[in-house]
Amino acid sequence: MGNSNKNDRTTFQEKLEQNIWALVLATAFIVSIGGIVEIVPLFYLDTTYEDINKPEYEELKGIRPYTALELAGRDIYQREGCYLCHSQMIRPFRDENARYGHYSLAVESKYDHPFQWGSKRTGPDIARVGGKYSDEWHIQHLRDPRSLVPESVMPRYPWLDDATIDAVGIEKRVKAMRVLGVPYSEEDIRGAAESVEGKTEMQALVAYLQVLGTMIEFVPGRQYRD
Amino acid sequence: MQAQQYNFQVVKWFAYMAVVYLVVGTGIGVYIASELAWPDLNFDIPYITFGRLRPLHTNAVIFAFGGSTLMATAFYVVQRTSNVRLWSDKLAWFVFWGWNLVILSAVITLPLGINQSKEYAELEWPIDILIAVVWLAYTFNFIMTLSIRKVSHIYVANWFFLAMMIMIVYLHVVNSLAIPVELWKSYSIFSGVEDAMIQWWWGHNAVGFFLTAGFLGIMYYFVPKQANRPIYSYRLSVIHFWALTFGYVWLGAHHLQYTALPDWTGSLGAAISLAMIIPSWGGAINGMFTLSGAWDKLRTDYILRFLVVSLAFYAMSTFEGPVMAAKTVNALSHYTDWTIGHVHAGALGWVAMVSIGAIYHMVERLWVTKIYSVKLVNLHFWMATIGTVVYITAMWVSGIMQGLMWRAYDAYGNLAYTFVESVEQMHPFYAMRAMGGLIFWLGGCIMLFNVTMTIRRALAQNSEADLTAAANIQGVQHG
Repeated sequence: MGNSNKNDRTTFQEKLEQNIWALVLATAFIVSIGGIVEIVPLFYLDTTYEDINKPEYEELKGIRPYTALELAGRDIYQREGCYLCHSQMIRPFRDENARYGHYSLAVESKYDHPFQWGSKRTGPDIARVGGKYSDEWHIQHLRDPRSLVPESVMPRYPWLDDATIDAVGIEKRVKAMRVLGVPYSEEDIRGAAESVEGKTEMQALVAYLQVLGTMIEFVPGRQYRD
Repeated sequence: MQAQQYNFQVVKWFAYMAVVYLVVGTGIGVYIASELAWPDLNFDIPYITFGRLRPLHTNAVIFAFGGSTLMATAFYVVQRTSNVRLWSDKLAWFVFWGWNLVILSAVITLPLGINQSKEYAELEWPIDILIAVVWLAYTFNFIMTLSIRKVSHIYVANWFFLAMMIMIVYLHVVNSLAIPVELWKSYSIFSGVEDAMIQWWWGHNAVGFFLTAGFLGIMYYFVPKQANRPIYSYRLSVIHFWALTFGYVWLGAHHLQYTALPDWTGSLGAAISLAMIIPSWGGAINGMFTLSGAWDKLRTDYILRFLVVSLAFYAMSTFEGPVMAAKTVNALSHYTDWTIGHVHAGALGWVAMVSIGAIYHMVERLWVTKIYSVKLVNLHFWMATIGTVVYITAMWVSGIMQGLMWRAYDAYGNLAYTFVESVEQMHPFYAMRAMGGLIFWLGGCIMLFNVTMTIRRALAQNSEADLTAAANIQGVQHG
C-alpha cells in the first residue's frame, strides 16, 4: 500500500486515507467543480438567451407569461406526467423542422418553472402543437386518443372533464410565479381567479396545449443561434 | 470481546427491505411496460396511468431499492472495515424509519399526481425536506463512524460511499430549490435553460453517484470478500476514485445536446463523457481481475456470479454511455427507447446484480447461516441475466428503429413515415420488453422467498441474541 516506511515520506493520498476530515473536504471540493463550471455561466452569459443576444429581433419580444388558464393547464400537464412521453424541445435538424416546426429557442421556455423539455418521445414532440389542431380535436383526443389515432398508446383522460379549476388556488400560483420573476401585472393577478372560474381541467389543458410554440412569429432566414 | 460490537440489526432491516422494494419497484416497472404495449391496462383510472406510475417506478427502484441497499451496505462495510460500531445507533434507526417514511410518502403522493415533474426528483417539497434531513443523518453517521475507526487507513469502499453521500447532498438540495405554493405544490426557482441544466446535472449524477459511486463502494468490498482475494490493484482504485468523482459531475450536459442549451455546455459534457470510459473501465477491470487465479469459483459460487456479471454489464454500459454521448450518435439516440435500454443495462445488469450479490453475501453473514436454497440462487441468476438481456435487446432494436424512422426521407424529399407509424412498429418490442422485465421480476420474487426462508430457518434454529453474538465474532475475525 505505501512506500512511506521506505523513504519516510507520506503521499497526499496516504494522508487523505488516514484523515477522514481531509478526505471529506477533498472529495467535497472535487465533486463541486464540474457543476460550477457548467451551470453558473448560464445565469450571466448574454449568449444564453436569444432575446438578450439579439435584441434587434423584435419577434423574440412576443414571449409572454402564461395566462391563468394556461398556467392551470400546465399544472395538469405536470400532474399527469405528460412530460414523460412528450418532449417540448425541437432540435435544429431537417427532419425535426419538417415534422414539428422551427427549432426551439431558449427564450421560449424562460418563464417555465420548471422546464418541460422532456427526454423521451413515446409520443411526438409538442413544442409547437399550438394551433395545429382544433380545440374539439384535442378534447376528443384527450378523452379517447384511439378514437382519432387507432395506433396510439396514450392513456384516456376522461376525468379531466369532471374537475374544475380551483380559482383561489390559481391566484396563489400566479403570485408565486411573480415572486420567481415572471412579469405578471397587478391586473393579471386580480383577474386570475375570475378568468378560470367554472373552467374544467380539460379546458385548461387544451388552452395550454394551444399556446405551445405560438408566441414567436419566426422570420424566415434568420439565424437565432450563433 | 464485546458481544454487541457491531450494530447489524439496522443492516438486517435495510437489507431485507431492499429485497422487498426490489420486487415492488420492478413489479411496477413490468406493469407500466405492459401499459405501453397494451394501453387498455390504464383502465381509465387516474392513479395507475403510465404518467403517474412511471415516477413511482423510478423512485421505487432508485431510492427505495437502491437507497435501502446503499444504506445496508454502507453501514455494514463501514463497521467491518473500521472495526468499530456505528457512531450512533439512534441516528441509524432514524435513517431507517425516515427513509421508509420517504418511500411511503412517494407511494401515496405520486399516484395522486403530486409531482414536481423533474425526472427522478418528482417528490414534492415537504418530502424533499425529509429526504435532505434523513440523508444528512445517514452521511453524518457514516463520517462519524469513520472518525472513530480503529484501523489507520480508510478502506477504498468507504471513499466511494462518502463521495456518493456528499454529491447527493449538493444535487438534491440545489435541484429541489422551489417555492411552495401550497402544501403539495411548488414551482422550481429555476426556469428554462438553467433549470434544464440543473435537472440533468442532478439526473446524470443520480446515475453517476447514487447508482454508480455508491455501488462501486459495494463492488470494492463484496467482490474481494466473496472471492476471498485482495482487490487487484490499489493504484487503480485510487485513479478510479478521483477520476470518477471529478469526471462524472460534468456529464449531465450530454442529455441536452442540440437543445436550446448553449452549444459549449453540451459539447463539454460530451467530451468529458468520452473520457469517462477510462476510469469506468479501470474500475471494471479492477473488480474483474480480483478474480485472477480464482476464476474456477464461478462454477460453484452463484453469489460470485452475480457480482462478476454485474461488472460485465457495468463495463458494457459505461462503454455504451460515452458512445451515446457522442454528438452524432446522440442525434439519433436521444428521445428514443435506446436511452431506456441503456439505463436498464446499467440499472438491471449492473446496479441490481451487484446489489443482489451483496445482499445474498450479507444475509449469510448477518444471520450466520447458509442460504436456504443454492439452486434457487442459481435460478435467480439466470432469470436476472436473461431478463436483462431480453429487455435491453428489445430497446436497442426499438430505439434505433425509432431514430431511423423519424429521420427517413422518401425519394421526393418528404418524411417517409408519420410519427404514429413509428409507434405502431414499437408494439412487438414493447411486448418483448415487458416479458424481459417479467422474467427479471420473477427472479426477484424467488430471491424474496429464498431470503425469507433463510432468515426463518436461522431464527428457528438460534435465538436472536446467539445470532448477534455469532455474527459479531465472525465480523471481528474476518474484518
